Amino acid sequence: MSAVAMTASQVRYVNKSFWRNPASAFFTFAFPLLFLVIFTSLLGHYTVHIGTRSVNSATYYVASMASFAVITACYNNIAIQTTFQRDAGVLKRTHGTPLPSGSFLGARVVHALFISVILVVITAAFGRVFYSADIPTGLTLLRFLVMLVVGAAAFCALGLATTAVIPNADASAAIVNAIILPLLFLSGIFIPFGNNTPNWILWIARIFPVKHFADGTQAGFLGTAFHWTDVLVVAAWGLAGLALAMRFFSWEPRRS
Amino acid sequence: MTTLPDETGAGGAPASSSGDGGLSAVHVRGLVKAYSGVRAVNGIDLDIRRVEIFALLGPNGAGKTTTVEILEGYRARDGGEVTVLGYDPARQPAPLKRKIGIVLQSTGVEPYLTVAETVRMYAGFYPDPRPVDEVIGLVGLEEKRNSRVNKLSGGQQRRLDVAIALAGNPELLFLDEPTTGFDPSARREAWEVIKNLATLGKTVLLTTHYMDEAQYLADRVAVISAGRIVAQGDPATLANRELAGARIRYRVPDGATPPAGLAGPIAADGFTEFSPDDVTAALHQLTGWALDHQISLDGLEVSRPSLEDVYLSLTAAPAGRENGGTA
Repeated sequence: MSAVAMTASQVRYVNKSFWRNPASAFFTFAFPLLFLVIFTSLLGHYTVHIGTRSVNSATYYVASMASFAVITACYNNIAIQTTFQRDAGVLKRTHGTPLPSGSFLGARVVHALFISVILVVITAAFGRVFYSADIPTGLTLLRFLVMLVVGAAAFCALGLATTAVIPNADASAAIVNAIILPLLFLSGIFIPFGNNTPNWILWIARIFPVKHFADGTQAGFLGTAFHWTDVLVVAAWGLAGLALAMRFFSWEPRRS
Repeated sequence: MTTLPDETGAGGAPASSSGDGGLSAVHVRGLVKAYSGVRAVNGIDLDIRRVEIFALLGPNGAGKTTTVEILEGYRARDGGEVTVLGYDPARQPAPLKRKIGIVLQSTGVEPYLTVAETVRMYAGFYPDPRPVDEVIGLVGLEEKRNSRVNKLSGGQQRRLDVAIALAGNPELLFLDEPTTGFDPSARREAWEVIKNLATLGKTVLLTTHYMDEAQYLADRVAVISAGRIVAQGDPATLANRELAGARIRYRVPDGATPPAGLAGPIAADGFTEFSPDDVTAALHQLTGWALDHQISLDGLEVSRPSLEDVYLSLTAAPAGRENGGTA
């Protein structure tokens, strides 16, 4: 079997495993929608200003939660699952077989991307039905898909890199959340930036990839300006993550 | 043994590019590996023939796992010469991985796949896999074929580990402490599975710290202690234990006095033991005496130093190696 065929075959097994863990699959899908409903109910309907455009807060959250869903499915899931597999010895066992490392990890990335697409479709459909959100079409859709693929791949790579600083599986969820949750807040995912947002927050948002990814996603849903620089920044983070993962990734369980 | 026919058609073109003539499965000379300056493996020589079960015995921390992981390609060595199935594990890991199967100490598989799916998945990594159902049959998991892996018992999971290692139809199988933590019946089952592997024409390298396991399974054993091989050979004759003096032991009935020369000091529990020069003659005299006096010799046994006795004396303090001089 070629490496491509092996990767495709791995994707099928990853997919089988994913759906057979109903709790995990359910929350991957339920969280973004749950947050969408909570935020729009909690904060009421108001107007969010993005550049010169004014958008309804519900529409804003549809785009935000689509970004959030992709980041969770890629960054969180990859980092946590890979750490569990590392500490359970799955990675070491796999490393002792002829399966190329790239096929094993690549299959997980491809599957996360696949789940991301489903999540975005569900979030968009939900937003369309309940909040009359706009659905990207034509050129906007194409740009949006580029952002989605680049973003999903980048967050997967960063997830793999993060496993290097996770000492054991028990700590994985805590460490991943400690990294990603503040960043989500500081990137306006949960609460939109306003005129009074302090400068230091804007700078953090500018440096890290979350806000750039969210802006690219918003352009698809809200019709705001699409900047290729957002794609480039996210891609650069992804490449950095890949380089770190290739240097520090461990196939052996770490037990202290 | 009629072991060869099974293997002839199995695509096993011997990779004897390194000139081992295809006779030895593992060839190691002067292997050295140090962790932060301390030599965990300190000059090991090892030869494992094809189609034999070879056991590497040694206490925890003696260098067993380090040695095996170097052979498997998991670890780089610091020095020495290593050939596994004709390949250097450090330089030619890809072709080597297609021909070996590894059972690690700690299990780890996708919990939500079934037994059959798991074996099929791993079989798919190899150029010439064994049929999935055949592999499942070999380890006796037919009834669990469609069970999820997370529903298996510990012993069943271990058998699945062996099944996964067999899925690619390897020539050489590494089993690192395959029965540690098993209850006695699960160990017996695992042993039968491993014994069967020899009839499939497989070479097996087994590490263990159970003497009975080595004695039951292995054609040859090597004892490793503090990073060195301290004895190597047939488990029955390791360190000349077959030549060591046999001991006769029995319980002396109350009031009876055994003949001179056929007893040692009598212990509180009534047992006595002695080492005769000629076991056959001594036994004949002793049982003759017992029959003449209508005495029953309770608990009569003749024993030689067990593999465990030899092992303990070999792996004790490095100074205490009085009877280890085979190699």
